[in-house]
Formats: sequence, structure tokens, C-alpha cells
Amino acid sequence: MSALTLRGVTKKFGKTETIHGMDLDINAGEFVVFVGPSGCGKSTLLRMIAGLDEVTAGAITIGGGDITTKPPSERKVAMVFQSYALYPHMTVAENLSFGMRMRGVAKDVIAQKVRMAVEMLRLVPYLDRKPGALSGGQCQRVAIGRALVQEPDVFLFDEPLSNLDAELRLKTRVEIAALHKRLGKTMVYVTHDQVEAMTLADKIVVLRDGVIEQVGKPLDLYNAPANLFVAGFIGSPAMNFLASESFSGDVLQGSLQGYARDSRVKTIGIRPEHLVISADGPIVGVVTAIERLGTTSYVYFEKKGQSLCAQVADALELAVGNIVQFHVADKHVHGFDAAGLRIGNF
Amino acid sequence: MKKPNLQSVLPLLLRYLAILIVLLFTVGPFLWLLSTSLKSADENIFAYPPVLIPQSPTLDNFFRVIDSQPFFTYLSNSALVAALAVALNLLLASLAAYPLARIPFKGRSVLFIVLLSSMMIPFQLLMIPVYELAISLGLQNTYLGLVLPHACTAFGIFFMRQAFLSVPVAIEEAAIMDGVSRLRIWWFVMLPLVKPSLATLAVFSFIAVWGDFLWPLIIIDQPALFTLPLGVNRLASTFSLDWRLVAAGAVFSIVPILLFFTFTQRFFIEGAMKGAVKG
Repeated sequence: MSALTLRGVTKKFGKTETIHGMDLDINAGEFVVFVGPSGCGKSTLLRMIAGLDEVTAGAITIGGGDITTKPPSERKVAMVFQSYALYPHMTVAENLSFGMRMRGVAKDVIAQKVRMAVEMLRLVPYLDRKPGALSGGQCQRVAIGRALVQEPDVFLFDEPLSNLDAELRLKTRVEIAALHKRLGKTMVYVTHDQVEAMTLADKIVVLRDGVIEQVGKPLDLYNAPANLFVAGFIGSPAMNFLASESFSGDVLQGSLQGYARDSRVKTIGIRPEHLVISADGPIVGVVTAIERLGTTSYVYFEKKGQSLCAQVADALELAVGNIVQFHVADKHVHGFDAAGLRIGNF
Repeated sequence: MKKPNLQSVLPLLLRYLAILIVLLFTVGPFLWLLSTSLKSADENIFAYPPVLIPQSPTLDNFFRVIDSQPFFTYLSNSALVAALAVALNLLLASLAAYPLARIPFKGRSVLFIVLLSSMMIPFQLLMIPVYELAISLGLQNTYLGLVLPHACTAFGIFFMRQAFLSVPVAIEEAAIMDGVSRLRIWWFVMLPLVKPSLATLAVFSFIAVWGDFLWPLIIIDQPALFTLPLGVNRLASTFSLDWRLVAAGAVFSIVPILLFFTFTQRFFIEGAMKGAVKG
């Protein structure tokens, strides 16, 4: 197990700087997930750790050793690609053993490592098949197996589940979590899917425009987002934001009175799941749409031109056009200042 | 079942008609050549209107060609030169194309533009300097002299560069992460993935070398080293231009191309990339 650290890591493509001096500590054996919208630099960061992209400035260390300028093969990292990146002309067994064969590893060692990987990933029946004859899930397992046989200090996953359907994604996610538990290796995982981030991570790194917005445990990020961006990014459906100007008089009743007393607060945030239908609730709106998912429903409503969302257990009696009132507990109201930074709960 | 009407059949008919016209222009000359080579001495090959089917088909012309000229020597010379030139072109062109496609280095774009420009210079312009160079290198009347000009073509490099560009970068990166060297990636990963392009280039190179007349004509003057086109040309002079024999010699020299194409065409089939990457 090896710790991974980034110190002032910067990446420039020509004159454009995409990663702006990033500092990050990843403990040995930790499962860290990089999340952020497209173009935030999460994959670039992963590729710099892998050695596929050069670091413009700063340093990366693994297990205390500086790997910043080392080639990928000398970093003891293995990467699982979004597109699987299997060798299409080779069988599963050949895909798994290719790197070792090229490096001149002894045949019995190769056989033992391949056996270990295929048994762990339940690939034994497919050893002689080529990638074209495998399903997406099987292909991704082969890709994970190829990383596994390298016995790296750090595993890197670049959106490995993006190409799988919903059912397979869930299944593979559970498998990756089990793999981490079994191997106890440091894993860095890139995704834009915050469900993956929340379920897999020991620690989440939220990125935006090449800057780390917040680092923390999944529930810490959920309960105490550092700023508006993290608050909006973590949680699905996204947190409702209400600008102070739109939240005057009639709405500011009961539990929201605390907000009114703090002049620093310019925006308040309420998660959809914390809005509870209540006959005397202070938030009143007109229902514009309802999504019924079975166990839960998303009720979209409009309040003074702002569109909000509430997650309710039972929306059977609601219909579009109804006027609804919601209540929210003080502890679930997040306040943000003019700069978008979180002030706290009320 | 719905009866086909003229409106629905007409486009199909026009399509077939267009195909037949194209076929006439492409296969027509070959059929005429074949027909001429199979016509006996009694039959007028210049009859009007032209007759495609010989009245009494005969292989006499072929036997006469083989008897009068060392055509099997020409054939083996052509085969040797073509095999060497094609193999070298595939190897060297793809070796040169790989860095142009995938390894960033200073001046790569300039080099590629220079390469593209060189494709636009006709051989007739280069003929004299190349000839002088070949003479200085002592390549006159040697197999090497015949092979070298075809050993690494600008077109081949350009063609293979485009083929390598079509291979997903992630596959190559996976190999880099596997600790595989660039040269081995080229050989074990990239080349197998561009097999259809290699086969296509092989056919193009083979046709170019096999049918090359001008360069062998100026670099070779010993009949023992003649290739088939020179042999066919010799028929014209030796036999006071008997077109039946020239046609037979031409057919004799075309057959290997057809065989070569037959054996390589299966590599053209798409699907080599199936299952490689997703997304």
C-alpha cells in the first residue's frame, strides 16, 4: 500500500492552464474519487498520475518516492480505461498476459497471476474469447484484470462504468468496491456520476475548472458542502437554491426565520429530500411536474419564478397545477454568502 | 404480395445499367485482351464489328510465348522483385508512419507536409537523378536496383499514417501502462490492428511494382534480369508485333496480380477493430 501526494501540480496545454497548482494527499489504501463536470480536469489529473500526460509544474509522489518525471511503466500504477482499451486481436488470456510477456516475466509467474485474476473476476470461462465476443461488463472485468496482474501500488480508474448499462453499472460498482476491500490498495477513481462517488469513495475530491473545490468524506460533502458549487454537484436531484431577494416576507416564516436574521446570507440551499409537504409550511408553490419513480416521487414546483424540486415519498394525491406547501427543518437549511461560500446551517 | 410496378423497378434497372457501363469500361479491356490471346492465327483480330468470343479458342499463343521467351525467368524476376518491394514497403512505410501518427516530436507536421509534397512530383521528373544515384551506387542490372525505388514510398507512409490514426489512442496507452516499448507496441499491437490497410497497401504496391515498366527499362539491360513488362515489350519487337502473342504475354503477367488480390482480399473485410473499445 502506498500513499499518493500531489504538490502544486499544474498542467498547461500550450498557453492554456487547465490544472492550477493542485495539492492533495491520498492515504495508503484509500479509495479516492475525483468528481466534477466535464472539462474540470479530473481525467487530466488522473493521466498525469498515470504518466500519460506530462506535469507542467509541481510534484507527484507515490509511497514517498517522486514519480513526476518517471515513465508510466516505472510508477507502479495501473489504469482501467473508460473504453476498456483491450487488444481486440488477442484473447482474454493474451490480453491479461501481454504486458508480462513483453517484459519477459517467467511463464509460471504469468500463469499464476493470470489464474489469480481470472478467478477473482470470474473470467475463467472466457479465457479463449476475444473482446469482440464479450459483453461490456465482461470486457470491463478483463480491463480490471489487466490492471490487477500488474500488481500496482495504485489503481487508476478513468470513468470505468460510463459505457455500461444501468444494471451492469450497479453490479460492477459493487465488484470494484469488493475488490478494493479485498486488495486494500490505493485506488483513484474518476467519474462524473456522483452516485458512484458517494457509494465507492472513502474520500471525494470535487473539482471545477482545474481547482479542488472540496475534499472530504462523502457524507461530509453532502451535509456540509463548502460552497454553492459542491452543494449543487453533490446530491441528486440537485440542491435547491433560493436567492435572498426572492425570499422575502411571506415565505420567510417559521423555520426560515434564522436566515432572515443573518445579513451575510445571500443564498439558501435546501435539498429536495428535506422538503416535507406540510399544510402550514412556509414554502408555497405551484406544482409544474411530477416524476413518480415508485418508491419516491420528485415534485417540481415554482415559487416566484424559481423552479424548485422536492423529493416526497407519496405524491399520489398531487397533480400539476396544485398549490403545495413545504416545511423544512432548520438544520437542513444551508446558508451561503455573496461569494458562494457556506456559512452554515440554521 | 405486392406486384412490382415500373416506378419501383426503374431505379433498380438504372442502377444496374450504370454498374454494367462501369463494368464495360473496367473489365472490357481485359476481356478483349483475353479474347485476343485465345484467337488462332487464322482469325482476324481486327475484324469489324469486333468479335469477343474466339471462333476456335486456342492456347497456342501462350505456348509460343513460353517457347520463344524465357517467360518463367521473367516471372520469377518479377515475383522476387515484387515480393521484396512489397515486404519492404509494408515494413518501412508503417515504421515511418507510426511516429508521424502517434509520437509527438518537433517538426512532425513539416515532415509530413514535405512527404505529402513529394507524392506530387511525377517520377519522370525524378528519373534522371534517381538513375544517376543508382548508377553511382552500382545498382545497374541488380535486383536491388529494381527493388529500392519501391522499398519505401511516400504514398505508403501517408496511407499507413492514416491507418494508425484510426486506432484508438487508449489501446496504445494501455500498452504503455503495461510497460511495453514503442517498437513492440508498433509490432504487436498496432500492426495487427491495421491489417486491412496493410493488405490494401500490399495490393497497391504489388500492382505498382508488377506493372512498372519505365524504371526496369532504364536500370536493367540484361535479359536474364528482365521483369514481365520488359518481357512483354520484347515480344512486340521480336515477333513484328503479333498482337496475339503480346496479348498472351500480357494475360500471363496479369494472372499473378489476380491471384495476389484473391489471397489478400479477405483482409479487407472490416471488423478487425470489433470489441476493441467502446464509446
